[in-house]
This record gives sequence, C-alpha cells and structure tokens, in this order.
Amino acid sequence: MRHILPHPLLALALLAMWLLLQQSIAPGQILLGAGIALAASRAMAALQPERPKIRHIGKIIKLIGLVTVDIARSNIAVTRIIFEGRQRGQTDGFLTVPLLLTDRFALAILACIVTATPGSAWLEYDARNNTVLIHVLDLVDEATWIDTLKNRYEALLLEIFQ
Amino acid sequence: MSATILFWSISVAQVFLALAMVATVYRMILGPRAQDRILALDALYVCAMLMLVAFGIRTGTTVYFEVALIIGLLGFVGTVALAKFLMRGEVIE
Amino acid sequence: MIETVDTPVWAAILVSVLVLAGALLTLVGCIGLARLETFYHRIHAPTLGTSFGTIFLLLGSVVYFTVTNQRLAVHEVLVFVFVSVTTPVTLMLLARAALYRDRTERNGNVPPSADPDYTEQGQR
Repeated sequence: MRHILPHPLLALALLAMWLLLQQSIAPGQILLGAGIALAASRAMAALQPERPKIRHIGKIIKLIGLVTVDIARSNIAVTRIIFEGRQRGQTDGFLTVPLLLTDRFALAILACIVTATPGSAWLEYDARNNTVLIHVLDLVDEATWIDTLKNRYEALLLEIFQ
Repeated sequence: MSATILFWSISVAQVFLALAMVATVYRMILGPRAQDRILALDALYVCAMLMLVAFGIRTGTTVYFEVALIIGLLGFVGTVALAKFLMRGEVIE
Repeated sequence: MIETVDTPVWAAILVSVLVLAGALLTLVGCIGLARLETFYHRIHAPTLGTSFGTIFLLLGSVVYFTVTNQRLAVHEVLVFVFVSVTTPVTLMLLARAALYRDRTERNGNVPPSADPDYTEQGQR
C-alpha cells in the first residue's frame, strides 16, 4: 500500500483540488485527477520529505475553531487601533517567547497561526535556544500574550504532534 | 428589486476595494524603505484579487475565479522573490 | 450588467452584507497600511484583508453562485485555502528581511539576534 500510494493525504488533497478546479465530479475527471494525484505524490516521495506524525485528528478541528475565533477577535481589535491612530501612544513591542515545540511541522503551523492573526507577527525562530521573536501591535501585558500563545496554541499543537 | 440591491452593494464594495488599492499605492510611493513597498505591493495584489471576485459576482460568471487564483499565485511568488532579494541581494543601501 | 437569474431578496441582502463587510475590512486594512508609523506596525494591517476580508467576500460569492446556479459553487474554497496558506509565509519572509536589514544597518530599536554567530554573518 505504502509502495503504490506513498502520501495518501497529499494525493487526496490533490484530487480534491483538481475536482474543485474542474467544478465537476464526472467519472472521467475523477480518473484524471486520481492519475495526477498519484503521479504527483510519487514525485513527492522521491524528495523523501519527513513524515508528520499526527496523533489527534479531533484536536485539529478544535484548533481551527480556536484560531477562527481569535482571528475574528483580533480583527476587531486591530480595526480599533488603526482608527485611534496616534492618540493612544506606543503600545507595540517585541516579545521573545520560549517554546517547548520542536517538531518542524508544528512550528510551521504555529508560525502561520501567529502571523495570520492580525496584531501579532512571527519574526524569527531561533533553533538553538528554541525561542521565537514576535512583534505584537497591542502589547499591554507581556505575560498575557506569552500565556495565550503557550496555553492556547502550543499546548494543543503539542498534543497533536508530539 | 434584488438586482438593484446587488448592483448597488457590489458597486459600493468595488469602490471600497478601489480606495484600498489607492491606499496601498500611496504607501508604495511613500515607502520609506524597500520592505514597506513590497508589503504594499503584496496588499495591492490581494486587493486586486478581491476586486476580481467582486467582478465575478457582478457579472455572474465563474471565469474570474481562475484569474483571481492566478493573481494570487503571481503575488505570492513575486513577494517571496522580492523578500529573498532583500535578504541576499542588496543588503546595505 | 447583472444577469438577473431571479435572485430571492433574502439572498441578495445576504450577499450584499457579506460583500460589503469583506470590502470594508480590506479597506480598513489598507488604510492601516497607509496610516501606521513603522514597518513593524504596518505588517499587521494587511492581514485584516487577507483573513476576514477575504472570507466574507468569498462567502458572499459562494452564496450568490449557489443560489443563482442552483448548484454548490466551491471554487472559492480554493482561493481561500490559497490565500490563508500563502499570506503568513510572505509576511514572515518580509519581516525577517526587514529585521535583517535593520540589524545590519543598526537603525531603529530592533532587538538583537539571539544567535551568537550573527555578527560574523552580518559582516560577511
């Protein structure tokens, strides 16, 4: 099984993308898409990427929900900051957060979450000390930010990947 | 009735998006540094993509989605290449 | 201009609200891009447009095409996935480039690198 279909999830995603692009689920399109997905996932296997180890599928849904709510909330917060402008003074700042995560996929996902949320941006990851530099637009309380990052996202990602 | 509502709301939305594009162009011209301009270019690409999506709703055709996807792709590749250039190319102005 | 495939009024209103909300959020993001003072401030602004701005506009489009074409329009899912995957990557790369440039030129109050080998790399 592993030999024929080295990356089942990737192949499935490619097939789904093909069908979405074609906007049809005709048998011919499914066949064509499956062929492309198979070929592409075998090409990917030739690169020998690391295989992510996903433990809890259910937690991923919880993570997506959490991130959506947080992005919605920070959308509102950033809108307010943009319109208040200069009057509120400087509240932004850089923040160094120590991390427990070491899995590369988990780190990539955490980086995407932090950057996609308006109001916080992932600047630099330091692999040696396992810390990350984050810029926060509304840095009222450093401890709260570190706490949110570590307890909301990192804890979940640790459960999913490690 | 519903055609009028749709016509006006999408027109207003397109005006909003056009104003957004003006704001990004303003930042692109003002700079002050290369990274600000690239950031503005990236935002301009996103606005153009959303503008095409709005255009797709307006004309009722799905052709614009392919165009929107291609613009998104070009914006991504372009911004990544420019960011890489900032890191490796001209380091000190 | 608009092909009137007799859209029900509720759908028209729903589409209008979603499209307007999306466009407005994008506009706010771009105004932020123009108004905020430093690069590290500005990097937060476009994410308004790429997160919920895009989501609202695409949702409006999904509703519109689903109602008028009598079938599920799912093209938008691709656009959404694409935008939400690529924006963080571009922003992160840009932020790193900006950080690198600010450090080599020593301007602004940018925190120093945690990497001890950094200065040697910077001078090379």
